[in-house]
Parts: sequence; C-alpha cells; structure tokens
Amino acid sequence: MFSALTRRWRRSLAFRVVATTLLAGTALVGVSLGFLLVRVTNGLVDANTSRSIAEANVGLASAQQVVLQASESGPPPAGEGLADSIMNSLVSGIEQGADFEILLLDGSAPSGTELPERGTNLVEVSSVPPDLRSQVQSEGREVWTYTTIEYVDQPSQPGLVVGALLTIGTDTAYEVYYLFPYGQLQGTLDLVRSTAWITGVLLVGLLGLLMSLIARHIVLPVRQAARTAELLRAGHLEQRLPVRGEDDLAALASAFNDMAGSLQTQIRQLEDLSRLQQRFVSDVSHELRTPLTTIRMASDVLYERREEIPPGLRRTSELLNDQLDRFELLLVDLLEISRFDAGAAQLETEPVDLRDVARDAVAAARPLAQSRGSRIVEMLGDRPCMADCDRRRIERIVRNLLSNAIEHGEGKAIQVRVAANTTSAAISVRDFGRGLDDEDLEHVFDRFWRADPSRARNLGGTGLGLSIAMEDTRLHGGRLAVWGRPGEGALFRLTLPRVAGQEMSGPSALPLDPTRVSV
Amino acid sequence: MKGRVLVVDDDPALSEMLGIVLQADGFEPFFVADGARALEAFRHTRPDLVLLDVMLPGKDGIEVCRSIRAESGIPIVMLTAKTDTVDVVLGLESGADDYVVKPFKAKELIARIRTRLRRVDEAKPEVLRLGDLTIDVAGHSVRRDSQTIDLTPLEFDLLVCLARKPWQVFSREVLLQEVWGYRHPADTRLVNVHVQRLRSKIEHDPENPELVLTVRGVGYKARDDSD
Repeated sequence: MFSALTRRWRRSLAFRVVATTLLAGTALVGVSLGFLLVRVTNGLVDANTSRSIAEANVGLASAQQVVLQASESGPPPAGEGLADSIMNSLVSGIEQGADFEILLLDGSAPSGTELPERGTNLVEVSSVPPDLRSQVQSEGREVWTYTTIEYVDQPSQPGLVVGALLTIGTDTAYEVYYLFPYGQLQGTLDLVRSTAWITGVLLVGLLGLLMSLIARHIVLPVRQAARTAELLRAGHLEQRLPVRGEDDLAALASAFNDMAGSLQTQIRQLEDLSRLQQRFVSDVSHELRTPLTTIRMASDVLYERREEIPPGLRRTSELLNDQLDRFELLLVDLLEISRFDAGAAQLETEPVDLRDVARDAVAAARPLAQSRGSRIVEMLGDRPCMADCDRRRIERIVRNLLSNAIEHGEGKAIQVRVAANTTSAAISVRDFGRGLDDEDLEHVFDRFWRADPSRARNLGGTGLGLSIAMEDTRLHGGRLAVWGRPGEGALFRLTLPRVAGQEMSGPSALPLDPTRVSV
Repeated sequence: MKGRVLVVDDDPALSEMLGIVLQADGFEPFFVADGARALEAFRHTRPDLVLLDVMLPGKDGIEVCRSIRAESGIPIVMLTAKTDTVDVVLGLESGADDYVVKPFKAKELIARIRTRLRRVDEAKPEVLRLGDLTIDVAGHSVRRDSQTIDLTPLEFDLLVCLARKPWQVFSREVLLQEVWGYRHPADTRLVNVHVQRLRSKIEHDPENPELVLTVRGVGYKARDDSD
C-alpha cells in the first residue's frame, strides 16, 4: 500500500500536484476554521458567564436582604423557615425559564449552630469543586469557576458555578452556589463546530477536485508529448503534436513540432547521404573489380607460363602476381570498411558455439603458424560457449587476431581461450612476442596503423584487419579489448553478448591481463 | 574441343581475356556484349555452358539467366562483382548453377567450368528409386510413373548424390564438395537455393517435402524406404 503510493508519487505528476494541494489545503482550512471556532466559543462562553454572574448577584443581594430582615426582629435566625425563605429569594434575580440549580450549604464555623441545607433538582454536592468551597469560606465575596455539574438522576454536563458566603450570625453562615449548566450554549457550540467541519471537508474536497481537473488539463498534453517523443525515437518521424489555441501548451506543442520537423529533415538528409555513399561504394566495387579481373587473369596466364619467359622478365611476372593478391585483399578490406561507414553492414545471427569458430580459425591459421615456427595452443574447455552471432564475421575476427599474433609472435606459442558466463561469451588470443607499449595500445585499432613503421608487413596484412575486427565487434554489441606489455606479448579479447541485442552485464568470461591470473 | 562456352559480358577487355583463358584450356568461346541479344546468341550458338555477367547493358544478367533457364537446363555460371547477400541469392534463384566473384583467378574459373561440364562419363547402367521416382543415371532422366521430370544437370547430380545413399545425411559442406566440386569452404546458400529448386520440381508438396528431407542443424538426406 505504502510502496504503491510512493510509486504513484514518483511516476504521476498529476497525483503529486493533487496530493500536495490536498495536504496544503487541509492545513490551511484547518487553521482558519480552528481560529474561527476558538473565537466564537470564547465569545459565547464569556457572554454567558458574565450574564450568569450578574443574575447570581441579584439573587444573592435579595437573600442578604431576607437575612437582614430576619435578624432585625430577634436573635440570630436559624431553622427550616429561614432556609426556605432564603431559597425563595435566591431565584428572584433570574429571568423566567432560565436553566439553573442552587445549592445552599452550611458554611458555619465549627463553634456555630448547625444550619439546615437546601438544594434544587437533586444536584450532587460534589458538583462544587473543593477548591472553590475553601475559596468561598476564606474570601466571603462571590467567586466562580467552570465545573462539571453532577445530577442524581441525569447525566452530568459542563457548566458554571458561582459561589458566595451568606453571613447569618457571628459564627453561622450559608454557602450559596448557583450552578448554570451549559446545555443550551453547548448545543449552539456543537452546531457551530459541526458546521465548521462540514465546511472544511467540502472546501478541501472541492479544492482536490479542482486541482485534479487542472492537473489533468496540464498533464494530458505533457503525456501526449512524451508519447509522441517516444514514437519519434522509434523511427516514426512523421509524428506530430496537435496544436490547440495560443496558450503555453500550444507554444510547447508547436516548438516540439518544429524540433521534430528539423530532426526529420536532418535524418532524411543523412539517409540520402548514406544511400548515396552505399551506391557509390557498390559502383566503385563493380567498376574496379572488372578491370582487376582482367589484370588478374592476364597475370595468371603469364605466371602459369613463366618458364617460357626470359629469366629477367620472370621475376617481374612473379611480383605482379604477388602484388595483385595484396591489391585484392586491400580492395576487399576497403570495401568492407566503407560498408561499415555507410551503416550498410548487416548481421546474420544464429546460435554458434564459439569453440567451433575458434577451432575452424585455428585450423585455417595453422599452416601459416607452422611456417613461422609458432605453436597454437587451444584451451577451449569442455562446455559449449553459445552466443548469437554472425559466424562469418566472428570467424573473420578470430582469424585476424590469429594472423596478428603469428605476425608479432616471434615464433613463440600462441594461446587461444574460449569461455562463457551467464550474459556473455569470450575468445582471447595471446602471443608472447615483442608486445605492445602504452602508445601502441592506444592506436592498435586505428586504420592503416603499424606497430613499427620501419618493419615491413611480412604477412601481407592490409592494415585494416583490426579496424574491421573492431567494427564487426561493435555490430554485435560486443567488446574488443587489448592488453600488452613490451617484451611480454599481447592479448586480444573478444566478448560477445550471448543473446543478440541484449546488454552484457558484469565482467567478461575471460581475464584481460594474463599476468594477474591466479591459475 | 572440350566444349562450347558462351561469354555474356559487356567489358571487351575482360571478354577477350576470358576468351584467351578458355581457349588455352581447350574450350571454344563465343561472345555477346548486350543482355538484350544474349538469348538470341544462346539459341544460335547452342553452347554447353554460359558465363554470365550480372551487370549488363540492355537487359540485366538476372533477367537473361531467367530467360535462358526457361528454355534450357544448361549450366550457367554467374560472374558477379557483388558479394551482398541479396544479389547472390537473387542470382541463384533466377537459375544460376554457380557463381564466381570478381576478381577471380583464371584457375578458379576453369575449375568451376570443368565441374559443371563434367558429365558422368563412366555411365554404367544404373537405376535408382526414390519414393515414386525412377532415376536412370546413365540416361540422365527422372520419371514419375511414365511422366518425365525435367531437371537441370546440376539438379540431377544433386538428386543422384542424395538418392544413392538414402541412409546418409549430407551436410551442406559435403554436398558443395560432391556436387559443386568445391575443395574449400564455400557459400552454403548455393545448396539451400538448389535444394529448394529441386524440391519444387520433384515434390508433391514442396512445402512439406517427402523425398528430400531437411535434417535440422546437419543438412539434407533422401527418403529412406528401407526404414
């Protein structure tokens, strides 16, 4: 539940806007309504309290009068008669129908006579807080406080209690307590409070609704723009946003459309250029190949019959033949590179066991290796290392790495390894020849680059082999890495994703730096 | 004279050179430079083999190949400057038996031509049966009931190769060696295309072949009735 909410929070702009507005709105409405409630309640209670105290004062004054009259005519009055007449006079200041109770309690000093006590409506004496009683006894004048009025036969309710001391004789007195329940006031306050609640909830609800409408209004076009951008990315270059009105969203939409239009134009131009380039490569290929074929065959005829040629010219014919081979290889490699540059190279992938590829490439390279005195050691493991790849291209890469290793391997052993992990499969070719220094490592995949310009290319390599290998690797979404150290040889490692088009995660199945292998 | 070869190529130098090489090997060359006149020249010279350039003025090599194939099963070897998949497959599907990519060596071309002209000279009477087909190896004919099925020599060689050993699965590489005479790894699409062409002629339903079967991941084999 919580995680679902956080996800929506992260993913939906509309949700975030509405949720934020609701939270802020609730706080704002709560604070203002709370302030209003406190003001109204205090005002009502204050007015009520002062009215009640005034009413109690009138009653108390007339009761004092009753006591005075009774004491003029004789000894300090006491007994039931006095209590009843005091009770009657106490209600006199209070308007008809008002809701209140009275307690008349004996407040005499311990030395004085005991007086009879009175009360209305079965109010419990405990309704009067003990603090108030002691205050009344010590101060004598009227005091008041808020309390809970407890009835014998009804539920208790909050109210105001006003108390005063009514002196009868030298050491006899009555404590008089007026108890005003807040019944009616409470009803008014409840009404105000519930009205405030309803108003608050309605306000917040309306605010949320309004905000979600506004958010929808803003977010929908934004979502549409995102969808359209996604379509554009997927190659639907003709996709555009609808432009409505002249507001900010319309400006966004038309700017978006302008951008898409200019992108479309540029991509079209690039496509045209690429097509032109491909066409050119194909034409050059045909135009060059036809005369080359004639030259090739002419040279073949001469070479076949070189015994008939005078010895001085014989060598010429041999050179012609050899260099034609080299020229052909160069042409093939150049065309291959142009095909990569034009983006015209296409993969024909199938599941291939890289061990088979390695075996075939090694078998093809063996005669050359033997002529150089190099031994090729296959370390292929006993488990298949399958990867989706274009077998022709991968075999070409491995052949290239092998002939490279033979050329620079100085007749020492060459190791070929194959391994796979969950996401990738790898082939590495290691030689123990003159090795590569840091500058070599930087340029080794450059076109026509030579490790040592003063050395001739003995094996007739075109200087494009490693560049083509790199392009082939990129086409597969793989990696071609190199390690080398002067005097310790070099290692080239090809890593391919096992499933075509899938990302390779983690390290390659084979180590790049052979000196760090623990085995 | 080993055979008559019609060279269809618009490049005069290459044509002349091809002529020199062919003559040196005992073939009798004829030349035509225009695709539009190729069919006419073919009818006129009645060659044993056609060397056909894919890119021709007038009518392109693929079209020429189709129209020659429409009236004859004679071996056709394409000369192509293109190694792109689509071009090669298109050439093979139009009926070419084999192709060489420019620039080729004289020896390589002669070897291809020889293989295509190599007939089963040691024609001992031999009759093979494959399903409801009767194959007369010496007579170069295939019959279903009394109906003769028209196969090109290459298709016939392919069928005989498979039908002679119905218990054996032939990989594409082995077939390239046996039927096309390649001693080095070559384009296995040659095999795929020609098996399809053969099936379209001899199978009742080429979509569900019953005579020439595909063994997934290995190659092809003929139906074996002894199972």
